[in-house]
Amino acid sequence: MKLLKYISFFAATILFSCSFNDDTPIQINEAKDLILVQEIQNEAHSIKIFTEDGKLEQGYNKIYFQIKDEEDFISNAEVSWTPVMHMEAMSHSGPHSEINKKAGTETLYEGYIIFQMAQNNTEYWELDFNYSVAGQEYSAKDIIEVIPTERNRVSVFTGSDGVRYIAVLIEPQAPKVAVNDISAAIFRMENMMSFPMVNSYTLKTDPRMPSMGNHSSPNNEDLFQAGLDDFYHGKLSLTMSGYWKINLQLLNEAGEVLKGEEVTETNESSSIYFEIEF
Amino acid sequence: MKKYLIFWLVFTFSFGIRAQEKHAKKQDSLIIPQELTEVILIGKKSNKHHLENKSLATIETYLEEANAVDFIKRGAYAWEPMIQGMASERSVVTIDGMRIYAACTDKMDPITSYVEISNLAKAEIKKGQAGAENGATIGGAIDLERQKSEFENTGWSGNAQSGIESINEQKILGAALQYASNKVFTDIDFMYRDAENYKAGGDKEINYSQFTKYNFSATSGFKLKENKSIEASFIFDEARDVGYPALPMDVSLARAYIGSLEYITNSEYGFFKEWRTKIYYNDVTHIMDDSQRPDVPIRMDMPGWSKTAGMYSKLKGTTKKHTWDLSLNGHFNKSLAEMTMFPEDPNEKDMFMLTWPDVNTIYTGFFGKDLYQINKEFSTEISLGMGVHNNNIQNKFGLESLRIFYPEMEDSNTRFLLNTGAQLNLSTHPWTLSIGLGYGERAPSVSEAYGFYLFNSFDGFDYIGNPNMRNEKSSEINISTHYEHKSFSLSFNSSLYHISDYIIGKPDPSLSPMNIGINGVKVYEQLAHAKLWSNDIQITYSFLKDFTAKAKAVYRLGRDDSNTNLPLVQPFTFEAGLRYRKNSFYAEANVESATKQFDYSPEFGENQTPAYSVVNLALSKILYVNTQKMVLKVGGENLFDEYYSTYSDWNNIPRPGRNLYANLIYSF
Ligand SMILES: [Cu+2]
Ligand SMILES: [Cu+2]
Repeated sequence: MKLLKYISFFAATILFSCSFNDDTPIQINEAKDLILVQEIQNEAHSIKIFTEDGKLEQGYNKIYFQIKDEEDFISNAEVSWTPVMHMEAMSHSGPHSEINKKAGTETLYEGYIIFQMAQNNTEYWELDFNYSVAGQEYSAKDIIEVIPTERNRVSVFTGSDGVRYIAVLIEPQAPKVAVNDISAAIFRMENMMSFPMVNSYTLKTDPRMPSMGNHSSPNNEDLFQAGLDDFYHGKLSLTMSGYWKINLQLLNEAGEVLKGEEVTETNESSSIYFEIEF
Repeated sequence: MKKYLIFWLVFTFSFGIRAQEKHAKKQDSLIIPQELTEVILIGKKSNKHHLENKSLATIETYLEEANAVDFIKRGAYAWEPMIQGMASERSVVTIDGMRIYAACTDKMDPITSYVEISNLAKAEIKKGQAGAENGATIGGAIDLERQKSEFENTGWSGNAQSGIESINEQKILGAALQYASNKVFTDIDFMYRDAENYKAGGDKEINYSQFTKYNFSATSGFKLKENKSIEASFIFDEARDVGYPALPMDVSLARAYIGSLEYITNSEYGFFKEWRTKIYYNDVTHIMDDSQRPDVPIRMDMPGWSKTAGMYSKLKGTTKKHTWDLSLNGHFNKSLAEMTMFPEDPNEKDMFMLTWPDVNTIYTGFFGKDLYQINKEFSTEISLGMGVHNNNIQNKFGLESLRIFYPEMEDSNTRFLLNTGAQLNLSTHPWTLSIGLGYGERAPSVSEAYGFYLFNSFDGFDYIGNPNMRNEKSSEINISTHYEHKSFSLSFNSSLYHISDYIIGKPDPSLSPMNIGINGVKVYEQLAHAKLWSNDIQITYSFLKDFTAKAKAVYRLGRDDSNTNLPLVQPFTFEAGLRYRKNSFYAEANVESATKQFDYSPEFGENQTPAYSVVNLALSKILYVNTQKMVLKVGGENLFDEYYSTYSDWNNIPRPGRNLYANLIYSF
């Protein structure tokens, strides 16, 4: 009986403390696990751009941002964006997603951009935002810094069908000596500014370690669109840490190879590949 | 060479002055046949320093005298023992009943490499299921028993030992000190060996065969009451710069700390005669690399670590016609090994993997044995061992690595192991005859279950463990007979092992090897069955009072389920010797030879080993200098400098050529 009393006493205490907490207005910073990359401002707002590591790099970038006026976060904006690379001879965009509110948050917008090239001394990327808040249109843009990666995570090539493709590695972000989930996205270059996603293809992988006799690994699975999202998903086995070259072959719906060669004794590498080093 | 000779002489004479005479029990280092047990006496105090062996020979040389024991040799150091033709996985080697797990994924550090002959009293070799006392086994067990004093008022004593060998400029230095009284005893022992490359027959230098070893051992006993005592013991063993000419890698450091505490109760009238309870711990470090090799496809480091904690409690008793043993034992081991490879391109990151994924092994077992004297002639012996064996992988990195091959594998695996044997003995002077049956199970070894790309330089394959294997099971039948009449004795042993679910690596052509330029990948799997047949015969004859002639022969045969040969099986091997002993002088000549290896396994990288014959000669003399005793032993091995290798020399690495040695021991 005594025990029961104690339990009910404890339960009451816990309940009380919980409800007490609930009453307090919370001011959780929704971007607290992210690192600020840059702030882009216009006359009305400031757009804070975040990524997980605080950098924008060549390849796939998951990007978050918040829009803030002088006091508050804007949580109901309709946003679109366009990355543009200004090159010496011309300008072009890169594959990028729609923008959505991050699930479970009030203030965070999210999307991804694939920068198929990095900036250099004379050529640079710019990010343009167009958005409306309560029926009023705004825009903001600024130069962003897109740094090169040491290892190749994006491949731009022309297929045997004459189409220019961009294949980009998304996962694994933190590769392990294990069977990793691998995902990638494939885009078609319609024109300089439009890169629609390519569906129902197959991306064949053959991971190799060139510095160790070009050995491979067992139990890999090629990448398909699994229906969860528009990305291509497969399995990637890495039997040891170090530098791996993921040789690729792109196949269309009919199973015809559009680009990439099989790795054999005499052919060390495919012409399209991703690189992973960890 | 010359400078070592001088060094040795100086050392010798500086000790000579303090040496004193010490009574020596007459005891041979001969093998005492005892059905399924062979005992190699390595020595009790000073008396080991005379007679059969080259006194300061390696432990392997002593153990090789047992017909059941042979060694896989990867160089001059740390040979891997095989019992009844079965190596590490199928046998159990203990030091004073303590389990120690080797720390090398390439079997470069068998347990026998962590002791020195100077601190051993004897080795007990038990064949087949007779050896299941300290853990589940198929082929048998070797227990190395340490040298220690008794509670006798003998006071201080000691000895100094030194030796040289010409073949590898080996210098051996040792010293031992004992103190014993009614209440306490202490034995301290130190030994040092340093060897350069040895030369095979024809003066061919074998590169990377050098080694340096230090061994320190201490045992101390304290009598608590009349029948109760406590003993503490410690071994420190360290080998540095050890070359393995048959392998692509060497060892810069192999180190073991081995400690134990034992409580002993003797009882003359009680239910039991002796009750020993011990707790122990050992810690082994093995640093393997290829930094000394000029040409390697890729540089790599492969360190390994093994830690074992254990206990046993053993009860011995005699009741009427029964002589029985009961024991409980348990141990916990943690084995971890890794490999780092260094790419040629300095901008690339080092490559890393776990070759042993931090595997914990927990074993708890019971063992009981009873010898029942039916009548004057007949006796039976039955033994029963049961154990629970658990493996679990502690390291997530390692577990995920293995799951590349076995996506469904669990991180823990528990199995039950049964080991049992029955023996019927008939002794009618001068014959003894015994026949036995046995059944035993063993768990796969850490490498067999969890090894990750372990390179085997013998067949040139990377090996992947298999965590889903069943127990390996052995049914054995053995027969042995011994005849002894006057100065003639003969003994013959034959054992047949039918091993089901036999664990062996088989090539998987779909897998790509990790190591560069090798033959492929093998994955451990289980054959329906395999057979091993082991036979030995030994004859001794003494004549003309001072002469003894001795001959022995060993033959083994191993076949798998499709009747093809198993690897590393001993061909017909023969040894004959003649010795002469008069007073304090002793001489022995012997010849060792083997026929051509008819049964070999190309699948495992074996080729036919040609026949060979090697002649050895040993002389010894006890000298008394002012009542100080000193034993001088000189001899020659492989006198005709034959260039040869045996079936168990890894990658046919040749054995040493003509070796001259001298050992000198002072006792005081
Ligand atoms: Cu590799
Ligand atoms: Cu090793």
